[in-house]
Parts: sequence; C-alpha cells; structure tokens
Amino acid sequence: MDIRLPLGLMFAIHGALLAGFGAATASSTIYREHSLGINVNLWSGLGMLVFGATMLWLARRAR
Amino acid sequence: MQLQWIDYVIIVIYFAFVLGIGFVLKRFAQTSTDFFLSGRSIPAWITGLAFISANLGAQEVIGMGASGAKYGVATSHFYWIGAIPAMVFVGIFMMPFYYGSRARSVPEYLKLRFDEKTRGLNAISFAAMTVFSSGVSMYAMGKLLQLLLGWDFTLSVLLSAGIVLIYTYLGGLTSAIYNEVLQFFLIVAGFVPLVLVGLYDVGWWPGLSARLAREAVARGFDPGALTQSWQHMGSPANNPMGVEWFGLVMGLGFVLSFGYWCTDFLVVQRAMAADSMNAARRTPLIAALPKMVFPFLVILPGMIAIAVPAPSSIGFAQHRVEARPESSERPYALTATAQLGAPAVRDVQHSLIPPKLDANGKPVIDTEGRVALDYDLAIPMMLMHYFPAGMLGLGLCALMASFMSGMAGNTTAFNTVWTYDIYQSYIKPGASDAHYLAVGRGATVVGILISIAAAFVARQFNNIMDLLQLVFAFVNAPLFATFMLGMFWKRATGHGAFSGLLTGTLAAALHHGLTLPAGAAVGVKGGFLGQVLHTYPSEMAQNFWTAIFAWTTCFLVTILVSLFTEPRRDEELKGLVYALTPIPKDRNLPWYKQPAPLAIVVLAMTVVLNVIFW
Repeated sequence: MDIRLPLGLMFAIHGALLAGFGAATASSTIYREHSLGINVNLWSGLGMLVFGATMLWLARRAR
Repeated sequence: MQLQWIDYVIIVIYFAFVLGIGFVLKRFAQTSTDFFLSGRSIPAWITGLAFISANLGAQEVIGMGASGAKYGVATSHFYWIGAIPAMVFVGIFMMPFYYGSRARSVPEYLKLRFDEKTRGLNAISFAAMTVFSSGVSMYAMGKLLQLLLGWDFTLSVLLSAGIVLIYTYLGGLTSAIYNEVLQFFLIVAGFVPLVLVGLYDVGWWPGLSARLAREAVARGFDPGALTQSWQHMGSPANNPMGVEWFGLVMGLGFVLSFGYWCTDFLVVQRAMAADSMNAARRTPLIAALPKMVFPFLVILPGMIAIAVPAPSSIGFAQHRVEARPESSERPYALTATAQLGAPAVRDVQHSLIPPKLDANGKPVIDTEGRVALDYDLAIPMMLMHYFPAGMLGLGLCALMASFMSGMAGNTTAFNTVWTYDIYQSYIKPGASDAHYLAVGRGATVVGILISIAAAFVARQFNNIMDLLQLVFAFVNAPLFATFMLGMFWKRATGHGAFSGLLTGTLAAALHHGLTLPAGAAVGVKGGFLGQVLHTYPSEMAQNFWTAIFAWTTCFLVTILVSLFTEPRRDEELKGLVYALTPIPKDRNLPWYKQPAPLAIVVLAMTVVLNVIFW
C-alpha cells in the first residue's frame, strides 16, 4: 500500500473539517480569546487540505 | 478544560486511520521478515521519517519544550551537536555493516562480530529497557490526559495500549513505520501554527529575545543566556544548563548521542527495513534534514511559554473543578492546584508555565528560594492557550500520536529482539518461519501487557522508575565504545567487548555513586556509595561526565583485554569490520541520492544553524 494514500486521505479529511469549522465559526470570540484574532482553524485546515490533496494526487500519479 | 465535539471528531478520525492501516497491512505480513523487518522493502524517505518519528515520542516533544523553557536556545545542542553528527555517522560509516551483514537486529550484529555472550547481554538489557520505556510512555500519557482533560488514567492507558497492540500485532514493523510517518506530519501540522501564533504574540524573534533577556537576568545570568547557544558555555556558572563546553561536546555530542543514534535498535531497525543498502544509508541522512529544524517546532514553544505573562484566567484547574468537583483522585498536582485556589497560584505564576505543587497544594520552593516550575506543562499550556476548539483537538491528537508511536516503536523493537535474539537463540532454535512469526505476535501481546503493568507501577512508585532509568543509563553509556571498536578495529575480540561493556557499566555506576549534582539529596541522584568525591554544578553535567567515564573505561578495557585474547580470523569478519568491507559506491546516481554529498549538505547546514544562534 502506498503510504501517501492514507496520509493524504487523513489530512484531506482533517483539513476539510477544520477549514469548514473555521469558516462556520469565523465570527466567534474563540479566535480573539485564543489565537489573537487569527482564524487558525480556517488557515491550518486549508493548509492541511492542500497537503492532503497533493499526497493523494502523487499517490494516484504513481499508480 | 473541556473539549468540543470537533476536537473529539478529529481524534476519532485519527484513531480510525491508525487502526485501518493495521488492518490493511495485515495481509502484507506473511513471513517473519515481513513482520520484523518490513521485508526490507521500504523506500528511504519513509524509513527516514520513521527514523526520527520513532524517537519523537511524547517524552521528546514534552521534554524538549520543558528544556526550551528551562535552558532556552541552548537546548538545540541536543540536535545540532548531539543528534545530527551522530545520524550522519551512522548513515555513512555504520550502516554498511548493519545492513550489509544482513543482521536482523543490533544484538545480532554483536553476535556476528563478537560472540554469543556479548549479544546475550545486549539483547536482554535492550528487551527489558524497551518494555519499560513503553510503560513509562503510557504512564506519562495517562497522567497528562488526566490532568488536562480529566480523562480516567486507567482508561487512557488501556485504550492507547489496545490501539497500539492492534496495529503492531496485525501489521508488524510496516504498520508501526506507516503510523510513525502519519505522526510526523501531524506533529508538523499541529506545531507550525502554534509556533507562528506564539511568535506573532511575543513580537517574533526580537520580541522573544527581549523578554527572555529579562527572564535570564531575573535568574542571575547574562541577558543573552537563554537566546544564545554557545556564548555562555565557557563556564557552568554562566548558563542555565550548568555545563561547560567540553562536557557538552564530549558527553552529549560524542558519547550519549552517538551511543543512542548509532546503537539503539529502536531507530536502527527503521533503517534496516529500507529496500536497499543505498536507502538504508540515506535513511538517517534524510531524517537529519527535518531533525535539524525540529528545535523550531519543539524548543521554541517552551521558550515562548516562559516569555508570555500568565493569562488572567489561569489554567485548567478551575475549569476542571467546576466541571467535575466530585472526583477526588488527582495524583499530578491537580487537586493541589484546586485547593490552592486561583489567587495564590496567580501570585507565583508569572508565565504560562504553572508552579510545581507539593502534596499539600503549596508551590514547591527550590534550594535557592525560587518557585519551582512544572516545566513539563510548557507545551500542553501553549496548546491550550493559543488553540481554540478545532486546532486544540489536532494539537492533542499530535501529542497522543507521539505517545503512541513511542510505544509502538518500543514494541516492534522488543518483539524482534525477543524473537530473534532470545527465543530463536536460546529457547528454540531451528523452528519454522511461521512459528517465529507466531512467537513475534505473541511477544507483541506480552510486551504490551508488561508495559501496562510498568505504567501502573510507575504511577504507584515513582522512585522505582527513576532507579530503573538510572540502571539503563549505566548499561547504555559504554555501548558506543564497543560498536566503534567492533566496526573499526578488527583486532577487538568477544572477550574484550564483553568485559568492556561490564566494566563500563560498572564505571558509570561508580561515578554516579560517588558524585552529586549541586543541591541534590543523596540517593537516586548520586552519592549512594557513601562518599561524595565531586559535586557537579548540575544534574546534566553529572550525566554527561558519567557517560564520558563509562565510555572511556569500556574503550580502554576492550582494547586491553582484546590484546590478550585470541582474535578472529579475517575471513570470518568480512562485511563486519571497516578494513575488511568494501564501502559501497553509488557513483552512477544523482548527487542527492548519494550518501556522502547528502552528509556534507546536512553537516554544512548544521554548522550554519550553530553559527546563527551562536
């Protein structure tokens, strides 16, 4: 099994979840209370999503 | 501290992937070679990431954060003078013998190179050490989850042990390696945002330096003592580590780091699983690239934690008390914090890191009259301070992943050494491969059961664990001398190696028993032989010098005894000793696939990092 498959899939799911949660809670006070007003969920989630998708793409291309 | 649904979802998804990998890989674990060595078929970039992840257990993550808060940038010595040179050495010079000899484990190499008794000594002490460390890892995780989230200790330990058991039982080493890679990226995904937000908060490096300068002065050092790695190493009194450059370079840089990275089967096993000699040699070199930037991920959060003022609502204790007032059992300072009440803690807590509390809930005051801090909480406090629901789940997930991969790494190393070096050698030689595969799976179960027992013992009797850790440190200290002589001096003999190891261990115990770090009580910290001949400025200095004494004794005794005993014939040592083994050439490959140029790049970058933070 190509490890990029589970790795990419997990990061894509985690990333999508976090980004979605971040978008939905964008106006929430939790970001001011914790992360200096930065929506860390949204940005980290998007980053993880891109990484996950890249891994999946690489795994697919190698096949 | 209460988790939200999103945090639980993230953690559950991670567990599902971990277990799923185990189930999928089960069908690839058909022979004992598949199970113990991944069929020697893993590409270098995966074994490389597993090589550092196996070491990146939670003790490492939490411990490095703690050291970052305690010692500042100087903690990077564990990487930039410790790990990296050793990793380059094992890749360039030692892997040809490990991989080329087709030994299936580090103790088996000792058997091929020296003799049965040297292997036996190493195999038995290593096997005992791995199950024990795995138990300590479980204990630390259970303790932390109980403290932060109020999770039940027993449940956390059993659940994590169960998950590790399932995936290592099913997929063997491959499963452990795949999960280590997953864990590596999780740590990066969780800690990069943490460091960025933290640095943004304190005003990036200039802001952090200014704050840490005040902290250093408050502790009685030069302003730069926490933000410069080498400038204050001239005398132990000038730096928070309490060590001087010679003890640091020889003790940490040479003896301890080379001893760990070059001889510990836990990490070497990952390289042995590589698909070719070239890949095996590149494994530690590829590992060195992320390893050298890891200080920014694990040490910086500790430094930020000590630089950020205590928030107005301190910590988890109050939340916890509101949440579950009925539960009374709180071993790890928790009840204590609650009883103490917020105002008193606020009086003594000046940064994100809470004070250490004694059994009565009073802050512990050290020998110099300062409040002792619970540095191990630096990273957990950073996560809770800067991460809202969502990323907090991911951060905790990364921590749990590192706990579990630490356990899995120990378990896979244990079942291999048990099956090949103890069972096959002394209990039942000559059985079928299927039999050894079954024994390996059985050893996985038994190993994890013993680890669980160790975790509960650790919870009851902390002293026993300190003592055991000390004994293992004595056993490990001289190892590198044996391997160095074994690989680079063909005249070294089995009798020499064996007596060198024994006397080296003895020297470590003697040195430790006759010295004491400043301000420590006689006992596990040293001086237990009735007399204190020398007092070291710090525990770290004492540890470094214990290692130096052990290594030197082992080195000299091995040479001496070897000269008086019969050497093995050259033909028997082909592939095991430097002078009798052709070093593999990879001239036809592009430069980045050749070990030597890669090593030069790694070393050059390490020098640059040392200079930047000089």
